[in-house]
Amino acid sequence: MYFCTDFKDTVICSKMQRKTLIRILSVLLFIVSFSAIAQEEHGMEVKEVAPGETGSKTKKEEIKEFINHHLLDSHSFNLFGSTNEETGETHHYGFPLPVIIWDEGLHTFMSSEFGHGEEIVESNGKYYALHHEKIYRTNAEGTLNYDAEHGDHPTNVRPVDFSITKSVIMMLVVGLLLIWLFRSLAKSYAKNGSIPTGMGRFFEPIVLYIRDDIAIANIGENKYKKYMPFLLTVFFFIWFLNMFGLTPLGVNVTGNIAVTTALALIVFLITTFTGTKDYWKHIFDPLGDGMPWAGKILIYIILVPIEILGLFIKPFALLIRLYANMTAGHVVLMSLIGLIFIFKSWIGGPLSFGLSFAISLIELLVALLQAYIFTMLAALYFGFASETHAEHEAHEGEIQHL
Amino acid sequence: MEKLINDFSFGLFIWQIIIFVLLLFLLRKFAWKPILNAVNDREEGIKNALDSAEKAKLEMQNLQADNEKLLQEARVEREMMMKEAREIKAKMIADAKEDAKTEADKMVAQAQAAIESEKKSAIAELKQQVASLSLEIAEKVVKHELSDKDKQLKLVNEMLGDAKLN
Repeated sequence: MYFCTDFKDTVICSKMQRKTLIRILSVLLFIVSFSAIAQEEHGMEVKEVAPGETGSKTKKEEIKEFINHHLLDSHSFNLFGSTNEETGETHHYGFPLPVIIWDEGLHTFMSSEFGHGEEIVESNGKYYALHHEKIYRTNAEGTLNYDAEHGDHPTNVRPVDFSITKSVIMMLVVGLLLIWLFRSLAKSYAKNGSIPTGMGRFFEPIVLYIRDDIAIANIGENKYKKYMPFLLTVFFFIWFLNMFGLTPLGVNVTGNIAVTTALALIVFLITTFTGTKDYWKHIFDPLGDGMPWAGKILIYIILVPIEILGLFIKPFALLIRLYANMTAGHVVLMSLIGLIFIFKSWIGGPLSFGLSFAISLIELLVALLQAYIFTMLAALYFGFASETHAEHEAHEGEIQHL
Repeated sequence: MEKLINDFSFGLFIWQIIIFVLLLFLLRKFAWKPILNAVNDREEGIKNALDSAEKAKLEMQNLQADNEKLLQEARVEREMMMKEAREIKAKMIADAKEDAKTEADKMVAQAQAAIESEKKSAIAELKQQVASLSLEIAEKVVKHELSDKDKQLKLVNEMLGDAKLN
């Protein structure tokens, strides 16, 4: 509740005008998003029906596969697909992205050479196949080997893949958007004498909220400054990527385990390298002078490993939380849309549309909330790390509060 | 878990780190620092303005208090001056009265003294006249006695009757 009240206070001070504008924008966003996702679904559905005599079980599987496919990163930027009813051929609209792989030498080619996963690419005498958006080294026939141990995954060698994938493109887009947005905010200060204009009026309270109620509240007045750039960047980066995940572009960047791992790793590194003496003392000597050494040894056999484990569990929880929340949101949303094609009735269709609309509204909140939680917890860990003994008592309450 | 590990794309991980760190540095240099500085400056400015307003208010109050004090002092002084003037006036009147009275008394005394001396001189003159008159009478009586005894007596009686008045 702490979050809601304070956040409202900061943001609601903006006028009704802006609220209405945001409402209109979000509604528009949903309408566009639905039409496009439905289009995507439609393409799939037609393709599925074309071979004929397929029962509803296959359709369910098809939807499940589609969702799984959507959750994965992609080597090409597909906007939507359509199927020619006569030939049963699917045509994808979008653009290919460069593939960069390291397999005893650098191989680069455009993802369009894979077709849509059907074709084998020959590069510098080696053959590669695309299977579930992963590149495998294969032979000229494109054989993928399976065995019981690996389950569904082929046992073929996977070269190290540095491709500019859809997620990388989206990260770049968000990065540029952030730079443009906040550079213009910074410039507007210089131009208008410390008064923000335009979009800055919307973003300034958020920046101030992060400063006052996330950074200062958790790290403390003296040391929050050096963490501010990271906290602000990570908050807006996650938030914007989450929001893009709700658009028809259908990207799922923050729901990708590699992305969240990278973010959590950075949090871990910052925490570790800015840790004060008191922070490390708290880990290796948590009881301090409160107990004679003989008694401490017995407790520390259990306590110190737990503390050390805690160092890694904290960022691990961060990465899993963000990944799981975003993935779950996408799965629920797409499943509900998928229901339309399973029910195919006048009742089921609107019902699942209404449900997915409601879930989308919640997702909009979750997008913000997850960015907030990630930033908040990162700030909390930085707070632990930068704590000196004198500040320790003052912070106790804050920790328990969470 | 196996799916998670299989889905983990090392390339994306590396790209994410590169892009994020780059973004962090660019934003820090070109956006966050100027924004936070501007906001801090603004807050500082607001704080200073409020402080100086407070100070001005205090000063104003002081000034007003000073004015009030001055006014009070002036009022007291005026009061005092008025009182003094009234006292002086009363004193002057009293003095004048005193003076007039002593002067008057002096004049009365002088007059009385003059009257007294006049009276004395008059009495002295009268005595002389009486004496010379007595002598004349005596002379006349003596002269008359020489002619007629009765007449002489009568004359003396007449003379004495006249003289009694004086």
